[in-house]
Amino acid sequence: MRITIKLYATLTDYLPGHAVGNKVDVDLPEGCTVEGALAPFGLPPKLTHLVLVDGTFIAPEDRNVRPLKDGEVLAVWPPIAGG
Amino acid sequence: MSWNRKILRVNLTAGTCTPEPLNMEWANDYLGSRGLGTKYLTEEIDPKVDPLSPENKMIMATGPLTGTMASTGGRYTVITKGPLTGAIACSNSGGFFGAEMKFAGWDMIIFEGKSPKPVYLYVENEKAELRDAAHLWGTTCWHTEETIKAELQDPLVRVSSIGRSGENQVLFSCIVNDLHRAAGRSGVGAVMGSKNLKAVALRGTQGVSGVKDFPAFLKAANAAKQVLKDNAVTGQGLPKYGTQVLMNVINEVGALPTRNHRDVQFEEAGKISAEAMHEKRPTDGKAHLITNAACFGCTIACGRISQLDKGHFTVQNKPEYWGASGGLEYESAWSLGASNGVGDLEALQYANMLCNEDGFDPITFGATVSAVMELYELGILTKEQIGIEAPFGSAKALAYLAEITAQGIGFGKEVGLGSKRLTAKYGRPDLSMSVKGLEFPAYDGRGIQGIGLNYATSNRGACHVRGYTVASEVLGIPVKTDPLATEGKPGLVKAFQDATTIFDSAGVCLFTSFAWSVADVQPQVQAACEGDWSMEKMAIVGERIWNMERQFNLAAGFTAKDDNLPPRLTTEPAKTGPAKGRVNELGKMLPEYYEVRGWTPEGVPTAETLARLGL
Ligand code: SF4
Repeated sequence: MRITIKLYATLTDYLPGHAVGNKVDVDLPEGCTVEGALAPFGLPPKLTHLVLVDGTFIAPEDRNVRPLKDGEVLAVWPPIAGG
Repeated sequence: MSWNRKILRVNLTAGTCTPEPLNMEWANDYLGSRGLGTKYLTEEIDPKVDPLSPENKMIMATGPLTGTMASTGGRYTVITKGPLTGAIACSNSGGFFGAEMKFAGWDMIIFEGKSPKPVYLYVENEKAELRDAAHLWGTTCWHTEETIKAELQDPLVRVSSIGRSGENQVLFSCIVNDLHRAAGRSGVGAVMGSKNLKAVALRGTQGVSGVKDFPAFLKAANAAKQVLKDNAVTGQGLPKYGTQVLMNVINEVGALPTRNHRDVQFEEAGKISAEAMHEKRPTDGKAHLITNAACFGCTIACGRISQLDKGHFTVQNKPEYWGASGGLEYESAWSLGASNGVGDLEALQYANMLCNEDGFDPITFGATVSAVMELYELGILTKEQIGIEAPFGSAKALAYLAEITAQGIGFGKEVGLGSKRLTAKYGRPDLSMSVKGLEFPAYDGRGIQGIGLNYATSNRGACHVRGYTVASEVLGIPVKTDPLATEGKPGLVKAFQDATTIFDSAGVCLFTSFAWSVADVQPQVQAACEGDWSMEKMAIVGERIWNMERQFNLAAGFTAKDDNLPPRLTTEPAKTGPAKGRVNELGKMLPEYYEVRGWTPEGVPTAETLARLGL
């Protein structure tokens, strides 16, 4: 299955060189979890704060059980805020 | 204690400047800045007064921590009755002006009456005088600040002024200080213009000498600074990316109001985001963002300083806009951009610069342009009326409307009314995305339920900085709640609203609240001020201020009917994203909100609540 991974703010640095516009498409085995999908990027756990799948927040305790589905978008931010 | 115990009363009709003692009993009950200034206003004006008449007053107020070593302690507030809304107006600004007022020895300045001719107020420590401003009238905030500094031969003077927008009483005019900081919302600049007051120039050399227990204050201020430094948001995220970091987040969660709230996601959000501001432009190889910047005493430094591409159509042959300037912040990038379907970062910064230069609120301006664009697409407004083709997505129309609004040229006069009056004039009041006449900021109440309730109940109309539940509902600060849930939101909204009054009234920036709670502000206030400033008292003072503002609005003629959202938010479901199919369920949340506030089902504070709060 193919999913899109988006990394923002300071996590931009963890994207591979060929990534365009903060995102990269990756091919993953069926049933791969959120945590599994993010593992190759080596994100520091403290900075893996806001994790959204298709815009919906995935709580830390669900990240190693929530399987991804083909076509989903996984977006991650470090702790951020604005106003 | 860190109040100066002294206020300046400026009677513009008589041309007098009179010092008077600060009412310390009120300071003890309302803390400072927003709370204390509002107490003075509500005691001194009839809530039914015409906001643009000489009978309205305008107060510039600092808090007890303004000008001290507390981080972000540079804030001041402008309090008046707002012309855009008819509600209490209370607009907060950073920069250096607030601290300078304290250094000059004053806690607040009350302006009353109307000057027979344009004047500006010059304050140098205890000396205060009104000066002729005929030569400044008809000029911008930037020109005014530069001219005043030159004629006083003092580059360290701090200036707050109105541009041509405030002079022409554009109903969403700001008061701009330090070139690109503004008391932005509700049209406080139009009130200043109605009084023929062009500017306030301050020079203070006395410092803040009255901190009650200085060693304890230093300890508390340093501990609180450490909290800001250690926090990933205030220590790293905000300095590097600014508020603009929210653009992609809010788009992803499906709460980025787009094309006048027709949509909740903007396909070009990435092009106008914080990340885009860091990228090199293909046109000139330079990044839009030059550096970050800090207000007085701020250890966060979230401000953005950017530079336009000189070849961009908006600034070709206009070298006056080629220098580094403030922006873009998230709110203006959204209101000028996504809200109008415009994904041209340079055009947004150009329009934002015009807002700073001539002093008008980019949120209301952008949202009014959105209404104009929708009216144009519906065929209700034509190219001939507007002066340009104005479909959603037109950067040219955005730039054009920004150029004609402050001076009220042609259709600019109608834009200057704000979206509520403009859409009503053309028979479609439902297309004004506003509450109590104030346009929404950058979060859609269908995708973030609690912020919708906050908009509906905010005392100055639709405003995010009255109760920023987005922190919890989206960003997980201090704890994550579900943005689509309505359960628990009335209590959450009340908690955010009451706590915010404390940050505002103390004189610190609300952005500290991403790392601080009231428990971090409290030791600083306690060490700086005489009297009891326990957590219990802080909680009561916060709620008291909120209810005082509510009482003013009720006396001005507002009712529970005004605690409402435009029909688009409550009847037109979101089309995409996690909130697809959802509307804001205000009807579910509002009765409980009134209940947790101790108000009647009609939204009126009960006698018991007023007695409990000492009102
Ligand atoms: S956090 Fe930003 S807005 Fe607040 S005081 Fe600091 S620089 Fe100014």
